[in-house]
Amino acid sequence: MSAVLTFVDLLAGRRDAAALAPREWDGVIGVARSEAMLATLAHRLEGVDLPPSVAALFADQRAAAAVAQRQALWEAEMARRALAPVGIEFVLLKGAAYAAAGMACAAGRQIGDLDILVLASDIRRAENALLNAGWEWVKSDPYDDFYYREHMHELPPLIHKLRDRMIDVHHTILPRTHRITPDALALVSDAVASADGFAVLNPADMACHCAAHMLADGDLQGGLRNLWDFNLMTGDFAAADQGFWDRLDARARLHGLQESVRRAARLSRDLYGAVLPAGWDGHDPADRWFRQRLLARDDWGRVTQPLLEQAFYIRSHWLRMPAAMLARHLWTKWRKR
Amino acid sequence: MPDPAYRAAPPGALRVEPLGELTAIFDRRSMQTHLVVSPMPEILAALGAGDCDAATLTARLAESFDLGGADDATPIVAERLGELAAMGLVARA
Amino acid sequence: MRHSIRIAVGPVQFRIGSDWAAPIAALERLYAGYPQDDARPAEATVRLFAARPWRRWVRPSVHIGGDFVVPDALPLPLSMGLLAAEMGMNLQVALGWRRHMLLHASAVARDGRALIMSGESGSGKSTLAALLGEDEWRLMGDEFTLIDPVGGDAFAFPRAVSLKNEAIAAVAGRVDAARLGPLMAGTPKGDIRHLIPRADAIAAMHEPARPALLLFPRFGGGTAIEPMGEGEVFVRLTEASTNYVALGEAGFAALTRLVRETPAFGISYPDSATGIALVEQLWAETLK
Repeated sequence: MSAVLTFVDLLAGRRDAAALAPREWDGVIGVARSEAMLATLAHRLEGVDLPPSVAALFADQRAAAAVAQRQALWEAEMARRALAPVGIEFVLLKGAAYAAAGMACAAGRQIGDLDILVLASDIRRAENALLNAGWEWVKSDPYDDFYYREHMHELPPLIHKLRDRMIDVHHTILPRTHRITPDALALVSDAVASADGFAVLNPADMACHCAAHMLADGDLQGGLRNLWDFNLMTGDFAAADQGFWDRLDARARLHGLQESVRRAARLSRDLYGAVLPAGWDGHDPADRWFRQRLLARDDWGRVTQPLLEQAFYIRSHWLRMPAAMLARHLWTKWRKR
Repeated sequence: MPDPAYRAAPPGALRVEPLGELTAIFDRRSMQTHLVVSPMPEILAALGAGDCDAATLTARLAESFDLGGADDATPIVAERLGELAAMGLVARA
Repeated sequence: MRHSIRIAVGPVQFRIGSDWAAPIAALERLYAGYPQDDARPAEATVRLFAARPWRRWVRPSVHIGGDFVVPDALPLPLSMGLLAAEMGMNLQVALGWRRHMLLHASAVARDGRALIMSGESGSGKSTLAALLGEDEWRLMGDEFTLIDPVGGDAFAFPRAVSLKNEAIAAVAGRVDAARLGPLMAGTPKGDIRHLIPRADAIAAMHEPARPALLLFPRFGGGTAIEPMGEGEVFVRLTEASTNYVALGEAGFAALTRLVRETPAFGISYPDSATGIALVEQLWAETLK
């Protein structure tokens, strides 16, 4: 069995970790590192009987992930200190939100840049407040800057000059040019407070964003992790609220994200064994390509099937941009090579 | 604009270790290490007595330290407080 | 991958895969005397690969990959595959290892106590460690020293020593030729030749040593010894550590203790013999 399948089986609880051979661990650890999910696996297998060196490695990973999450949440606190005095409220997105809300998928999860969502009408003032508080533009070329401002759903990335950490300020969750335009106002106005006092998306919107980020926006890079987030959050939300799946359906329709949310649910069933309610439990022949792309890693952690990867890259841009703009974008990018 | 008031980090948030001429401060909230010199540790300790602005803090410091010509110490304390706020060690109250 | 090898250096178990046989054969020779434990899974992966299939044969150039990669790192010619493997192993440890605080420093030990030498490349820390390792000292490593955050002990990372430029001649004359790797001339880091550590140093690679002396060597210029204050040592070692920030408070506590408990000096020396003499002198004075 390939390492990536073993890895997925371990997460899903379908495989007994104690029964893995040493050479199988080589591949599982390599794949988990490549997917930036080693600490996630370490949390999933906490307390399980493991070879001593794997148990030690996993303990290291859990400790390091706890430190990294503190550091990531501190960025949220510093953003709050910069934005609150000028009256700008923001919603935490993705990894920082999961950590702030103490969600199961946050355990061991790597958090990259800080992603926050503000009202589109606040974005210029947010930019100024952050620039005054020590963030500065990541040096980029004029085309990239123009591209971000005209077409993307976020400011060009800012980096803090002392802490060396990036912040992405979004005003919606998909690029403006994307065929789908989620209701950004509803996302912000229906946000909820996390245990840490930060605003996060409400459960249904959070699942919508997770699916959108994975399927409608990206080229499925980091897809196994995003799908794991989706799998755990929808499972927990549904356990806490009987009406969750219906609420998710309604919210997905509002944002125009039904297709992505449905597909994410099916994929989380196919890979991680999620139990879906009637009406969600269907099949779509195209899912096969998504499963293949998600599982395209060999036992050395390398991406296999580069043509499929390329196809998803082009698809992600196709979704984001009208055709003429796509041609212009790829042309400009290509010329800079 | 009047000088803003500042708040110290909550008790237990900072681990302060003097290292010769420097003081290393570990902030458990941010997981960051800050290396500072006098009067930063003294300012942090004095602010721990309660939220206040630079003028009040200068008066507090003057009770324990000889600030020399005390009339021009307030702007310096205000500047240091601004730097500590940028490091995240103190926050606007 | 087509060719692969498993190597354990100190606490780190590597697996190294390669599109070519030659780098693996060279590694097999350098690491033949290291302990093998096939029951142990690899914690770190290094990949030496060709960017395009045909580049395995046509102007073969070795790209360095693995769990962690440096974007835009330039590939090396196949003749420098051993250097590529070394860089790949260093990278995985520097960016991936979390059990210990990593210091970019060489170390040698005597009577269970460690001398740690930190400095930029060109400071002579590797050469001094290699030469001391041929004397009464146990070589712990020429590149990384690992500090246990819990107990404060130093642990060894004795990979094959990477001798550079003048250091090659200085050491080669003193050791059995069987302990030297092939000469790689004109690499981006100059001439390089690997030295296999002594068998007793490899056998003792899991034994801790208590940090007893910290030196910051500087090669060239007159002979000088300067005591270094705790604050300066702390700053220098945070800069010399690749994972200090990632360890959080455990790193802070480990570093604070190391700095407080270990006497530290900057030394400058015009040649290796003087450097060795300074080290021995400071060691004797410190441990008096």
